[in-house]
Amino acid sequence: MPPRGRVILSIVLALLLAAPMLLDRYLISIFVLIFFFAYVGQAWNLMMGFAGQLSLGHALYTGLGGYVAAMLWFYFGIGPWLGVFAAVAVAAAFGAAVGWLGFRFGIEGVYFALLTIAFAEFTRIAFDNMPFTGGAGGLFLSYDAQRSHEWWNLRGGPLLFYYLGLALAATATVLIAWLARSRIGYQWLAVREDQQAAMALGINAFRVKMIAVIISAGMTAVGGVLLAFYYNNLFPAQAFDINRSIEIILAPIIGGLGTIFGPVVGAFILTPLGEVLIALTGSLGLNAPGAKAVFYGLTLMVIISLRPNGVWPWLKQLLGLAEIER
Amino acid sequence: MTLAIVGNVIIEGVLTGLVYGLMALGLSVIFGVVRVVNFAHGEFAVVAMYAAYLLFVTLGLDPILSLLPIAAAFFLIGYALQTVLINRFVGRSEHEQFILLVGLAIVIVNGLLMIFGPDARPANLPYSFDSYAIGPLFVDKARVYAAAGALVVASGLFGFFRYSATGTAIRACADNLTGAAVVGLNIKRLYAFTFGLGLACVGAAGALMVPIADASPLLSQAFTLLAFTIVIVGGLGSMAGALIGGVVIGVSEALASLFWAPSMKSMVSFALLVAVLVFRPQGLMGRRL
Repeated sequence: MPPRGRVILSIVLALLLAAPMLLDRYLISIFVLIFFFAYVGQAWNLMMGFAGQLSLGHALYTGLGGYVAAMLWFYFGIGPWLGVFAAVAVAAAFGAAVGWLGFRFGIEGVYFALLTIAFAEFTRIAFDNMPFTGGAGGLFLSYDAQRSHEWWNLRGGPLLFYYLGLALAATATVLIAWLARSRIGYQWLAVREDQQAAMALGINAFRVKMIAVIISAGMTAVGGVLLAFYYNNLFPAQAFDINRSIEIILAPIIGGLGTIFGPVVGAFILTPLGEVLIALTGSLGLNAPGAKAVFYGLTLMVIISLRPNGVWPWLKQLLGLAEIER
Repeated sequence: MTLAIVGNVIIEGVLTGLVYGLMALGLSVIFGVVRVVNFAHGEFAVVAMYAAYLLFVTLGLDPILSLLPIAAAFFLIGYALQTVLINRFVGRSEHEQFILLVGLAIVIVNGLLMIFGPDARPANLPYSFDSYAIGPLFVDKARVYAAAGALVVASGLFGFFRYSATGTAIRACADNLTGAAVVGLNIKRLYAFTFGLGLACVGAAGALMVPIADASPLLSQAFTLLAFTIVIVGGLGSMAGALIGGVVIGVSEALASLFWAPSMKSMVSFALLVAVLVFRPQGLMGRRL
């Protein structure tokens, strides 16, 4: 990273660390969402942007992560600081199952994407019909003001989630940057670009892709835990919905697939844009959520038509940061 | 539970499945020829449902008849869409095509939500509650008409691809694109024609869906996934496969609703989808890849 990049990054980080002093509750809640989407965007981007495997079922992992941690807390009082390990393990196991089926049986591209959707939808309907998950009626975590100091149990207010989200997004970015320059990172790129050639060089494509899907699923589950304890409720129709999966992939695509900062930039563009649109269309008396989604859809179409590589490569040029980094 | 009930449910599944199959046929034609994943397929089906519903409510036009103008309009929409938008995505990576069409799907669904709201719109046809009694079995009239309509449209499409010059040219594009270009076929125009045909199928299927299901924007994603499931189960590139896949899915969902719960019927299709992807990726009727 060039010196100028380091300076910009430090300034942005310092601003984000100090920002809650100036922000009101509403703005903090928006930042929580930005950090969430930046974080899960990083996890998804690892699989699609680096390893080249299109997953359209990442809601499966946020949903499982959220449900596992929430149910451990709900039924056994096991706090999320411990539950998150179980959440990661379960999501990673499901990721491994999807990956194993897909990669072992040569299911690729669109077919693999459909496989991931099928798993997410299957799980959604299963959770809808299982009584101990709360079924379609949802699972609710009680919020007790007495316990609001228990930050390790994620029982705090928006500020806690602001810093937690920031830490997660920053850690994920560092992790991805490190992975991208590691041996496995280069192997992912090789498999993404030309699997046959990569295998001819002795890369075990199956193993490399399995590692990608397991890490991605596990990381995504942590985001699910955050969301579950932030909202204190879980519904299968939201947690496992294909719309959640689509939301997850928007930020990295808009920001720039296969780039390290793409998912972060995408999240910082999309989430505030959505909020502004809700406010704008609401004041015009239109059906706000619908109008927002229409605009999201149009944005996606325009960006993918005109700038299929995303905003970040262009922004990088603009900031004078473009150089050896991909 | 008597055998007659099971028989009724199976017949119902077959009839509904044929309409599903026609919808999936549109997807199969587009995917098989243009090689673009139309992820807005179910959304188009629901737009057609609303069109048929509006024609019925305002003009009293029976959905079985309104499928003709709707299919024609959808053909033009598809032709224009392919020419203006999708053509430039042909040959680009799958995720880019996918994102374009997901964007389109989001626009359509939410446009419908803004215009019509989330409530289901039932069309009360004069024969909605009539049925034919065949021995111990009762068969819905509406379903019989819809299924017959689907079969007629599908056979028309079979005939077109088999016997007409344009249909043969389109099959040539699907079989060997370079060869087709070498002998001087206008690929872009044929692609636009194919996309138009695919949307005409889904338009007709949407109109035929009105007698058997209430129009609602919330159906669209389920329809998209259903169409993909059917196409993959039936076998990509096989037109008969799409119809057979539709019947397989229709019957298995109907039986699942009967034996488990209606809310769990889609689980069966998704399980079937995974099983087919893993064990028979070319689908039931598909050629070995």
